[in-house]
Amino acid sequence: MLHEASKNIILKGIGGSPGIAIGKAYFVEKGKVDIVDKYRIRPGRVESEVKRFRNAVTESKQELARIMEGLPEEYRENTYILDAQLMLLADKKIYESTIARIEKEQINSEWALQKSVDDVREVFSKISAPYIKERINDIVHVSERILRNLTGQEEDDISAINKRVILVAHDLSPADATQIQLEKVMGFITDLGGRTSHTAIIARSLEIPAVLGLEDATRRIHTGDILIIDGTKGMVIVDPDEETVTRCHSEKERFEAYEAMVARSSHLPAETLDGHHIRVMANIEMAQEVVSAIDHGGDGIGLYRTEYLYLNKKGLPTEEELFESYREVAEIMKGRPVTIRTLDIGADKIGSDLKWSREVNPALGLRAIRFCMKETGIFKTQLAAILRAAVYGDVRLMIPMISGMAEIIAARRILTDVCESLDKEGVVFKKDIKVGIMVEVPSAVVLADVLAEEVDFFSIGTNDLIQYSIAIDRGNEHVADMYQPLHPAILRMIKSVAEAARAAGIKVSICGEMACSPFHVPILLPMGIDELSMNPISIPEIKRMIRAISLEDCRSFLEEVMKKRTVREILNIVEEEFGEKIQNMASYEPGLK
Amino acid sequence: MKKSNNNVQADLTRSMTIDNQLGMHARAAARIVRLAEKAKGQVFIEKDGISVDAGSVLDILTLNCPMGCTVTVRAAMAEDKDVVESIERLIKNKFGEPE
Repeated sequence: MLHEASKNIILKGIGGSPGIAIGKAYFVEKGKVDIVDKYRIRPGRVESEVKRFRNAVTESKQELARIMEGLPEEYRENTYILDAQLMLLADKKIYESTIARIEKEQINSEWALQKSVDDVREVFSKISAPYIKERINDIVHVSERILRNLTGQEEDDISAINKRVILVAHDLSPADATQIQLEKVMGFITDLGGRTSHTAIIARSLEIPAVLGLEDATRRIHTGDILIIDGTKGMVIVDPDEETVTRCHSEKERFEAYEAMVARSSHLPAETLDGHHIRVMANIEMAQEVVSAIDHGGDGIGLYRTEYLYLNKKGLPTEEELFESYREVAEIMKGRPVTIRTLDIGADKIGSDLKWSREVNPALGLRAIRFCMKETGIFKTQLAAILRAAVYGDVRLMIPMISGMAEIIAARRILTDVCESLDKEGVVFKKDIKVGIMVEVPSAVVLADVLAEEVDFFSIGTNDLIQYSIAIDRGNEHVADMYQPLHPAILRMIKSVAEAARAAGIKVSICGEMACSPFHVPILLPMGIDELSMNPISIPEIKRMIRAISLEDCRSFLEEVMKKRTVREILNIVEEEFGEKIQNMASYEPGLK
Repeated sequence: MKKSNNNVQADLTRSMTIDNQLGMHARAAARIVRLAEKAKGQVFIEKDGISVDAGSVLDILTLNCPMGCTVTVRAAMAEDKDVVESIERLIKNKFGEPE
């Protein structure tokens, strides 16, 4: 496909996840992150396109047959699932209707197949019988198998810089984002969302560049457009000219070289110049991310979000499923701390239980510990799984959204109940697990001295704390820029929580996004923060920052910071004092001492 | 097997109830399709006035036939009487499923 003159349109957004990607745009509708190439075919190519589809189906049938043959004797009776899939492959509704579409609409096989599958899905979604509804999964599996075999024979697309695409969406829900297949997506951009939205958090955990809050990107970009996205600067270039592509390519290489350099020093301890050790931990969402946490030099897991297993399944996960995934993390971390946060989810997100009506304002609604107190069955199942997994490592329990003492007392009572029933069942579990709370509701900040008496540690969840304290929705692009971690009020709150923790002799950590900017390190350390927990890729940079400063110097610097009245003033002195250091860090390797 | 050529219509249309516990699920539907594929003309399954292609698992599934419902098997061509009867046997045998 030849382009007319390049347009080089620049769109400004919010950097959601660092890195640069250059590739073709692929437009997705909300809730539909399936990536399929769509193009029209010339009338003369219809026959060969149909042949391509037939071949892919034949290949898929052979694959399934091979899988069935390879099954050991004792599983033979389960082949009916594969048998059903084999039938679906040949089913008229899929096979013949796809061929008819290729011929009639003159579109490529992938597109035609997707349309046929969508049709079937549409009909199936209206049927209530669960055993029929479940068949949709088989249909999806079968169509994915065909798609895989189609792409294996894909013709070279001249205009493709890279076969993987850049997703363009109005918004991506966390569930959408977790569906992203990394081998097909090299980055994504959205109209909505900010730096701390879940979409950004997931992009960072997937380590792919993302630009969010672009407002009208979906109106200005079409599938197939060439895009350059810069997740560090929060910038998108649509239809770039050759010169820009070349420049961004070398910038991409520089960024990747820098990342590699940072990673090499990631296993050095996070010790300040004057010998103070800070624990730098990882925030994870899925058990698989543990590997990334270790690779990036994490001293442990400071926040293990547990919502994933509840979002990705129909129905609730069983105690056994939860236990297995928690145990896996505990075992891989080999005695290093693993802080498991209990369910921090809104009633609107969980399962298909419609008992709780949709809320107007879920951020202030029935979520996290409040939800768990209403649905004690769900809470108990999770607590039991955590207590059992705690036998396999240094597992701690962390309760989110605590607003006052009553919730801690109630949660502890439930924990005692769970311990008693595990005892009765004779199951192995850890009785004296460390219990901490997230400090993220302003009332908990005010009560920090009281709450500190009842728990083993604090973890300040700055994302929510900032949102609740400054009264802004971090997902609302109109106020996203008011989300300021260095707001004087926020700094005072963090400082007072740290003081309360120290007075009670308990540890305090920060597990919000605030912990992963090197600019915040010289402010947080002298406040008496013991641990910083962040997305794994930020760990090496933060460790380097810690190694580059002296805690003693930071103490006097903090005094200056606390005298400032606006974010601007604070940013200025941080920039003045540490800007050069951070700049240098970003471009030079200080050498391994 | 008794043959009667004086009432073609009745021979090509058979109604029966679905007696197996799981209803007409995917595996059951697949077995019907295998039989229907042997027909020379089209074979249909009907329920509540809706008629679908017995040669498509997906079509049969969309008919949504749980245990206890009544379905009608119908063939378009007289030669396919055997096919209709074999489908009838299959359904009456509860698809060979154990209770």
